[in-house]
Amino acid sequence: MSKPKSAYSQPTKFGKEDHHIIVVWVDNEAGVLARVIGLFSGRGYNIESLAVAEIDKIKHLSRITIVTKGTPEVIKQIKLQLGKLIPVHKVADFSRNDPKILFKELALLKVVGATKKLDKAKKLCKKHDGLVLDKTKKSFVIQVTALRREIDKLVTTLKPLGLISVSRTGAVAMTKGDEVFTQ
Amino acid sequence: MPKLLSGAEIVFKALEDQKVEYIFGYPGGAVLPIYDELKNHKTIKHILARHEQGAGHAAEGYARSCGKPGVLLVTSGPGATNAVTALTDAYMDSIPVVCISGQVPTHLIGTDAFQECDTTGITRPCTKHNWLVKDVNDLADIMNQAFKIATTGRPGPVLVDIPKDIQFNKGVYKLNKNKLEKKLNGALSNKINLKDVDNFIEMIKKSSKPIFYTGGGVINSGPKASELLRELVSLTGFPITSTLQGLGAYPGDDPQFLGMLGMHGTYEANNAMHDCDLMINIGARFDDRITGKIDEFSPKSKKIHIDIDPSSIGKNVKVDLAITSDVTELLQAVIKRFKEKNKNFIESNKQKTAKWWSQIDKWREKKSLNFINSKETIKPQHAVQRLYELTKHQDTFITTEVGQHQMWAAQHYKFNKPNRWMTSGGLGTMGYGLPAAIGVQIAHPKKLVVDIAGEASILMNIQEMSTAIQYKLPIKIFILNNEYMGMVRQWQELLHDKNYSESYTEALPDFVKLAEAYGAVGIRAKTPDELDEKIKEMIKTDKPVIFDCVVDKVENCYPMIPSGKPHNQMLLGPEDEKEEVSDEGKTLV
Repeated sequence: MSKPKSAYSQPTKFGKEDHHIIVVWVDNEAGVLARVIGLFSGRGYNIESLAVAEIDKIKHLSRITIVTKGTPEVIKQIKLQLGKLIPVHKVADFSRNDPKILFKELALLKVVGATKKLDKAKKLCKKHDGLVLDKTKKSFVIQVTALRREIDKLVTTLKPLGLISVSRTGAVAMTKGDEVFTQ
Repeated sequence: MPKLLSGAEIVFKALEDQKVEYIFGYPGGAVLPIYDELKNHKTIKHILARHEQGAGHAAEGYARSCGKPGVLLVTSGPGATNAVTALTDAYMDSIPVVCISGQVPTHLIGTDAFQECDTTGITRPCTKHNWLVKDVNDLADIMNQAFKIATTGRPGPVLVDIPKDIQFNKGVYKLNKNKLEKKLNGALSNKINLKDVDNFIEMIKKSSKPIFYTGGGVINSGPKASELLRELVSLTGFPITSTLQGLGAYPGDDPQFLGMLGMHGTYEANNAMHDCDLMINIGARFDDRITGKIDEFSPKSKKIHIDIDPSSIGKNVKVDLAITSDVTELLQAVIKRFKEKNKNFIESNKQKTAKWWSQIDKWREKKSLNFINSKETIKPQHAVQRLYELTKHQDTFITTEVGQHQMWAAQHYKFNKPNRWMTSGGLGTMGYGLPAAIGVQIAHPKKLVVDIAGEASILMNIQEMSTAIQYKLPIKIFILNNEYMGMVRQWQELLHDKNYSESYTEALPDFVKLAEAYGAVGIRAKTPDELDEKIKEMIKTDKPVIFDCVVDKVENCYPMIPSGKPHNQMLLGPEDEKEEVSDEGKTLV
């Protein structure tokens, strides 16, 4: 196959990609989320999950948690580019394997099926302290809080047992101990 | 009780507080209250463009040539979308521009109203920041913040979108204090670390094959930065090269200056970049037109990078010493420290860099900017050289469009002062030069302003001739007319088997008649014999001039780093062309 004749370069080096959790503290003003995610899409960065809510009602601060994947250079660019946005106060970057950080994601799972299968499904959720929020003869809705990959696994195992609906929040993160992230 | 002002009055009060003298714009339904208020503010002059893109580039040209932010005023919908190219251009080249756009009234936003568009949504990726004003009481603060953000840190465009009802509503002019400051582009601190300065000097002292590589950051830092750069270069005795945007920061005719680097840079500059052992990047960003093939970019050198924007550092090229700082502040610190400890460095170091300089002289002997001149047809390089020779005795401002003529201008016109060279580098916007020249002439009414243009680019914003006539701006449009989109044709020749697909313009206007139609003066030069006389006639004319310089149709722009090649493998002229560009190379560029 002949190579394309483009006027721009093609990448020649590929670094190793790694998962990172980026936490961004922003002013909760109109369009701020669009600025942050627009930066990701505009510069070709990944977003695997996104969690955002206001955390300070008086100062109108929101905390955005983004799970992303990229080479070390890309992760560094993400941080620096986010830091340039006007409503951004600070940016933290945690490696997924950082032992000093807590990661959690919440999921609501709805399972529909015969009693036997439902019981089996419930048992599987027990490992993650699943909390049953709603129950009928034919179904239940359970709340699970766990790591992303644990929920991924749970979802796969529940599929054959009648899992019909999944709702997930995306990961949130916090440092362990009495430390607070400062920049 | 503080005095209540209408939104439109607040806009003008903010402009007055910011000492704005000129705004470039185009009226329309959604900005009429602001235009209505214009009559009450005699210190602010409005320049009516013929297209919002033109107004935007004029604001850029104004900003670049005088260092103050350019102000742009447009209406909603098409007014705002037409301004997008200019805003993106300013964003890429870090030019401070404040754009005020009208918006449909608040209650109509989101209803697909007449001339409504999501202006803040559209301009979010091409501005440093933008605002949709929802309360007239926020307007004063937003306007003042807009100027601050546009002009501090790495400069750039901002946009304030003001719905029509907000322009009418009454509110107070008040500024909030404790707002988050973003002067530093997200850097934690811009305090210069003395250790960094010492490292910088240590690296200078260790190097035997150094080179300064300077860019637009030196210009943006203000005239003082250029003075300091000259001082440091003369203190060290090192060679210096510049990016397209940095031209003028260092005198173009100085023996230590190797000319521009990059894709169409000189042989000596690119080879020196490739072979150096120390590269000192001051205010440049390792753009792909500069680095060529990134894997083979200056493989043996230690690299110092000074940039005001932390995200520019380490983006394309890894460096050994990174300093986030304004160029002026850093150079001041370095020079002070350097002088304390290194008396007579240039003499004591001469031996060490002697070999390097003799290597550079060998590269220089190639005379890579040479071309084969002709007695029958005007060679475009010759035309630029003659223009330079005939204008160099006066303080001349040059703008350009985009393409071959732009590169020839950069190669053959020598700049001695900063802020004299306005060209669209990052975005590469055809149609930039004419409106930019208008902005420059507004800022410098008595100076000679020449737009070196191509016949294709100039047609993209030719309507602005009418603006030049209206404000009696004697700009000179110097068209190198080869009837082709020259750079496109050159690429097609080299990469696409001479398939000149759509790059020839079969129907061009008669530029002399076109000038006359606008009320300007048209001059045509067809042969080298008459070129000088005609150029002199152009300079003498105290009116806008379109100069149709009929040049060789198939001249290519050399030297050139061909596709996929590193700096030390340049094409110097047509003889080198036979060396086939590899398939891999064709994909690179």
